[in-house]
Amino acid sequence: MLKYLALSAIIFSIGTFGALSRRNLLIVLMSIELMLNGVNIALVGFARHWQAADVPGHVFVLMVMAVAAAEVGIGLAIIIAMFRNKRTVDTGELTEMKG
Amino acid sequence: MKELAEKTLWLIPLLPLAGFVINGLFGKRMPKAAVAAIACLLPAGSLALSIVAFRALHEAGGPVTAGALSWIHTDTINVGFTLRVDALSALMILIVTGVGTLIHVYSIGYMHEDEGFARFFAYLNLFMCAMLILVLGDSLVLMFVGWEGVGLCSYLLIGFWFDDLKNADAGKKAFIVNRVGDFGFILGMLTLLGLSGTLTFTGLEAWVKDYAKRPDVMAGVVLAVPALLLFVGACGKSAQIPLHVWLPDAMAGPTPVSALIHAATMVTAGVYMVGRMHFLYALVPGAMDVIVMIGAGTAMLAAVIAVAQTDIKKILAYSTVSQLGFMFAGMASANFMTGMFHVTTHAFFKALLFLGAGAVIHALHGEQDIRKMGGLAKSMPVLFAFFLAGGLALMGCPGSAGFYSKDLILTSVGAHEGAAFQGAWLMLVGTAFITAFYTMRMLVIVFFGTPADPEAHPHAPGITMMAPLAVLALLSVVGGVALETHMHHALEQVWGATALEKTTAFADAHHKSVAVSWAVFFCGALLSFVLYGLRRDWVEEFVRGETGRGLHKLVANKFYVDEIYQWTIVAPVRVGAAALWYIVDRILIDAVLVGGPARLAYGVGGLVRRAHTGAIAAGAAAMAMGVIATLGWLAWRFLA
Repeated sequence: MLKYLALSAIIFSIGTFGALSRRNLLIVLMSIELMLNGVNIALVGFARHWQAADVPGHVFVLMVMAVAAAEVGIGLAIIIAMFRNKRTVDTGELTEMKG
Repeated sequence: MKELAEKTLWLIPLLPLAGFVINGLFGKRMPKAAVAAIACLLPAGSLALSIVAFRALHEAGGPVTAGALSWIHTDTINVGFTLRVDALSALMILIVTGVGTLIHVYSIGYMHEDEGFARFFAYLNLFMCAMLILVLGDSLVLMFVGWEGVGLCSYLLIGFWFDDLKNADAGKKAFIVNRVGDFGFILGMLTLLGLSGTLTFTGLEAWVKDYAKRPDVMAGVVLAVPALLLFVGACGKSAQIPLHVWLPDAMAGPTPVSALIHAATMVTAGVYMVGRMHFLYALVPGAMDVIVMIGAGTAMLAAVIAVAQTDIKKILAYSTVSQLGFMFAGMASANFMTGMFHVTTHAFFKALLFLGAGAVIHALHGEQDIRKMGGLAKSMPVLFAFFLAGGLALMGCPGSAGFYSKDLILTSVGAHEGAAFQGAWLMLVGTAFITAFYTMRMLVIVFFGTPADPEAHPHAPGITMMAPLAVLALLSVVGGVALETHMHHALEQVWGATALEKTTAFADAHHKSVAVSWAVFFCGALLSFVLYGLRRDWVEEFVRGETGRGLHKLVANKFYVDEIYQWTIVAPVRVGAAALWYIVDRILIDAVLVGGPARLAYGVGGLVRRAHTGAIAAGAAAMAMGVIATLGWLAWRFLA
């Protein structure tokens, strides 16, 4: 159990670090996928640990996967649209929201 | 007859109101003849119905009331839309509708060229309606409705030619000065309501009579409070000192308005109110001393000012103020017949003089300065005859209408003992002398001598203007002798026989007053005729001299009353208003209460915006740290 959670935490942290530190939007999106998968591992681990009869943990994982797929689709579409307008996907140059 | 009168009583004020609505809404699109027909026939209908009401009153021998529609109905006060005709209000509605209809007819000719023809008649009809409600209302509240209504119409008609700022200002002045008086009227009304719990005239009369009999109160002192407060209202409406300043300025309106509203009817509303509340005023001799002094003082002051005026309408305006002072002095003598009698004769001769002056102004293409007139007796002899009839009545020429009413006032005031009344009597005699003097001066300068401009060709006014003048001239000549005894008997129904007239003091004062009236008329007229007709160089020399110049300047500038008000009231109010505007409006409300929060939000936003760099990574990091901090806090809170 602990091993699963440790793996989950490691992958989540890598994802977080990537999402925060990388400047390329594509890699940021991939890092977010990593974070989601880290969470998925934790959920599967818990589900197996409790051996619950109605397996809600597994259902959650499937749900997250579906949502993540959709999110990737939308996220990529946004990045492409942004690239068309700005000719860049570097977060350091995308500062339109500066107050 | 009584049933008919009861049924049609409400139509008396409503017919002119209908004229106002029709001409006000559609007048612009109707031909002038239709406008004029509607505007004149509806008041004429009121006149016919007033005669019906008068006849019914005569037959029934008591007041006729109509309309029991409830208006204000609470635990403490109960006021209905009820009209009531007794001898007093019958007299007034006959004057208002009679003189009013004549002046409507006259206005057709006078206003024919004016663009605001329909608007003028709409206002004039609305005035008739308001004045008739004022007169016919059976309670102080309904009277006040008409009171305010005539004030509004007065304002609208003074500022009728509002594209000249001077006229608009005169309208405003009249309205504001009247508000001061109206405030007194409201306070008087509330005082009476608080004391008695009723505001109908019949209710008040019963209450006052009861109250005066109570041994535990000083009725004469307590009742003087509402009596004087209501008199403040009368001062405003009837232009008495210190609220007389608006009436001369009101001459900015068209001349028929000056004749109808500012001479014959509206300005006598204050006198009528005192007559209506006679039961109250008869019981407060202390207040009557005040009223007689104010009346006589106003009469004197205005007559003196009239001597030095050069605008024909201003002379007549000051003469109106002066004659109103006479009326109040008559009312103060508690012989209420005197004031109302003078209201009646004055309505005839002053309307005649104003309409005659209007005809002169019309004939001279708008010229109002008497120094530029002269010799008009030759070019317009009929008009001169009419004007002379009015002028003689104003001067109190023996035999004319004005003589009878003025003589009665002098007699009644002189019959009272006490310094206030004896002083007032002397002032009124002096005023009668000055009245004869300035009226003759006006007549001589306008109608005799040589025309100031020989090239000018005055065109004689048409039939619609001359016919009303003829009727009024006839009334000015015979109105006094024909009406005195009739009015005396009719009005006794309202206030009972006046004890004053039975006293020997009254008989003595009568002899004295008649003699004095003759004397001052002849002396004043003769002196004026000599000075202005024969030896005008004497006057010019006097005015050029040292004392004469100062005196003339003082009088011609109306004793600087306007200037005194300007510096003691208007200027402080303006300064106060400017201070309030700047301190309260600009600084407190605009800058602090409204601008303050806006500036606060702006400043805080300016500080916080620095945190908003727009860098995605920084935002995401802040969010992650926030999540971690929240989770950490939750963990510490629930697990530890």
